[in-house]
Amino acid sequence: MAGIEVTALHKRYPDGTVAVKHVDLSIGDGELFVMLGPSGCGKTTTLRAIAGLERQTTGDIHIGDTLVNDLPPAERDIAMVFQFYALYPHLKTRDNLAFPLRAEGLPKAEVRQRVDEAARLMRLGPLLDRRPRQLSGGEQQRVALARALVRRPRAFLMDEPLTNLDAELRADMRTEIKHLQGELGTTMVYVTHDQVEAMSLGHRIAILNKGRVEQIGTPLEVYDRPASLFCAAFIGSPPMNLIEVEVADGKLRSPGGLALTPPPGLPRDRRLVAGVRPEALEVTEPGADGSVPARVVSAEWLGDEIIYVVDHGGGHDVRVRMPPTVRFAADAPVGLRHTGGNPTVYDVSTEELVA
Amino acid sequence: MAVSVDEAVSPGPTRQRRPATRRFGGGRGRSVVEVALLAVLAVVMLFPVLWMIETSIKENRDVYAVPAQFFGFTVTMDHFRDVFIAPGGGRSDLSVAFLNSVLVAGVSTTLATVLGVPAAWAYSRFAVKAKKDQLFFILSTRFMPPVVVVIPIFLMYRQVGLIDTKLGLILIYAAFNLPFTIWMMKGFVDEVPAEYEDAAMLDGYTRLQAFRRFTLPLLVPGIAATAVFALIFSWNEFVFAIFLTSSDEVRTAPPAIAGLIGGTTVDWGLVAAASVVFALPVLIFAYLVRKHLVAGVTLGAVRR
Repeated sequence: MAGIEVTALHKRYPDGTVAVKHVDLSIGDGELFVMLGPSGCGKTTTLRAIAGLERQTTGDIHIGDTLVNDLPPAERDIAMVFQFYALYPHLKTRDNLAFPLRAEGLPKAEVRQRVDEAARLMRLGPLLDRRPRQLSGGEQQRVALARALVRRPRAFLMDEPLTNLDAELRADMRTEIKHLQGELGTTMVYVTHDQVEAMSLGHRIAILNKGRVEQIGTPLEVYDRPASLFCAAFIGSPPMNLIEVEVADGKLRSPGGLALTPPPGLPRDRRLVAGVRPEALEVTEPGADGSVPARVVSAEWLGDEIIYVVDHGGGHDVRVRMPPTVRFAADAPVGLRHTGGNPTVYDVSTEELVA
Repeated sequence: MAVSVDEAVSPGPTRQRRPATRRFGGGRGRSVVEVALLAVLAVVMLFPVLWMIETSIKENRDVYAVPAQFFGFTVTMDHFRDVFIAPGGGRSDLSVAFLNSVLVAGVSTTLATVLGVPAAWAYSRFAVKAKKDQLFFILSTRFMPPVVVVIPIFLMYRQVGLIDTKLGLILIYAAFNLPFTIWMMKGFVDEVPAEYEDAAMLDGYTRLQAFRRFTLPLLVPGIAATAVFALIFSWNEFVFAIFLTSSDEVRTAPPAIAGLIGGTTVDWGLVAAASVVFALPVLIFAYLVRKHLVAGVTLGAVRR
């Protein structure tokens, strides 16, 4: 087991595309580290550079104390799970599991013992004598995970391993992966574009955008204090409301008159945007205490909650998360008020968190 | 009672089974028209082939008989014997030409495949500078028909001494088949997930070993289909063969068969027999890869 250090990683392809501009990561020993970002943000390229499947243009990668820049993938002592599982189609489950061990040249008895152990861990007993095409998607992914396990590598690299599964199975596998990682205590780097996956799995999350790291933090930090407008818009469903505000009378005021408590240390003379989570707002009866007049534009009835889209003047509609008991018809006149703590505030020009 | 194919399409029982309300009785009418049309087409397409086969087993006097004899002629295998054995005994010129064809087509196809498959793999897997332009350039070498480039090729070959050599034909056929092989194989390689190689590399293989052990076996059907296409091209090629070779020892079968025509008398029986022998390998190979022939035509047309 080992931590992974990525320093000033830069990857430019021969055709001129820059996949990774500049990435620094410090992944702790035994950590489940998630790289999250939209497609094309460089997360997969970073992972493949760690695996050794891509050679970075500049920058260093350490696994444990070893500088692995020039080591081929096999000598980095890592295992990788792919989106398309990459099980060898001509081999039975048992042989797929044994394959990396035989490639290492381990004695037969040990191979058998390790395969059995991994099969027990991933509950693959009945599937051992089947070939990949006789397995369902979920089963294939379990085999792929087991195949990574048998190596007992220093780190697991996961490249969107759950993307091809249906929603229900994905949730199950998520739990399984988290449990497994906890039990084995092996460092895991997990790449995904699914924020729910990132939030539920990661000890820490790195949000990548356009080949750069926008923010690194625990799921709660990332949710509570997004470090940039990009993170604010990317994390959360529905996403954070980003409201242009002005400082007046010691309050942040939106064009529609909504008043927010300013966080301390706010810079002056800049155009600011306040980030307000949908659950930090409240839709009330019109004229309720501390509310501004607004109008319901639409309502999404999700069963356990209702997402109201509310117009309170001033251009941008805001989204408000309300319990299902609070019901307003579309187009109804309502009040809108802020109930949460200090909002996060961003500079419009730098797009970064200022307070 | 066993149902024969004829009965299955015969109009008798069909009429009783069809619902009477069917508009215009269109079903049966259409099927009759269809069958008739297809039969006419089949006759038109197959007549030259049948005539060639017939001519190859007719005595020479029956070949020239007026009116033409479709049936009831004396069957003879003399022409086929003449294809392989010279009148005075020993090997005939035609049999030498056939051997040349086998050699030239075989070696040029092997060459194109050995060079083309790794190239296709590289174009499919790696980020190459100006990849699209390179691929287009490779394809563009096939834009011209052979007859357009045969004169410059002839002049160059004369300079380097490749005129009237089998090596010259092999090289030019390989060069013509290579773009085709690269393009067709790239399609097949694209279909094999790159993750197999990634996984194999993590398991301790080098990139080339990963290609050889995991990707290559999955490519075998594609390689077979592509090679057969290349083989058929080299086997049938006429323009380069007739321009670039002249002696009987070097000539391939197409110009050799064409060379039988043009004297004061033409031994049509021999021409037909040689053509039958010449067509057989192509028929056999086309039959073997008939599924891929269609796949090759529609490759990439349907998104999976």
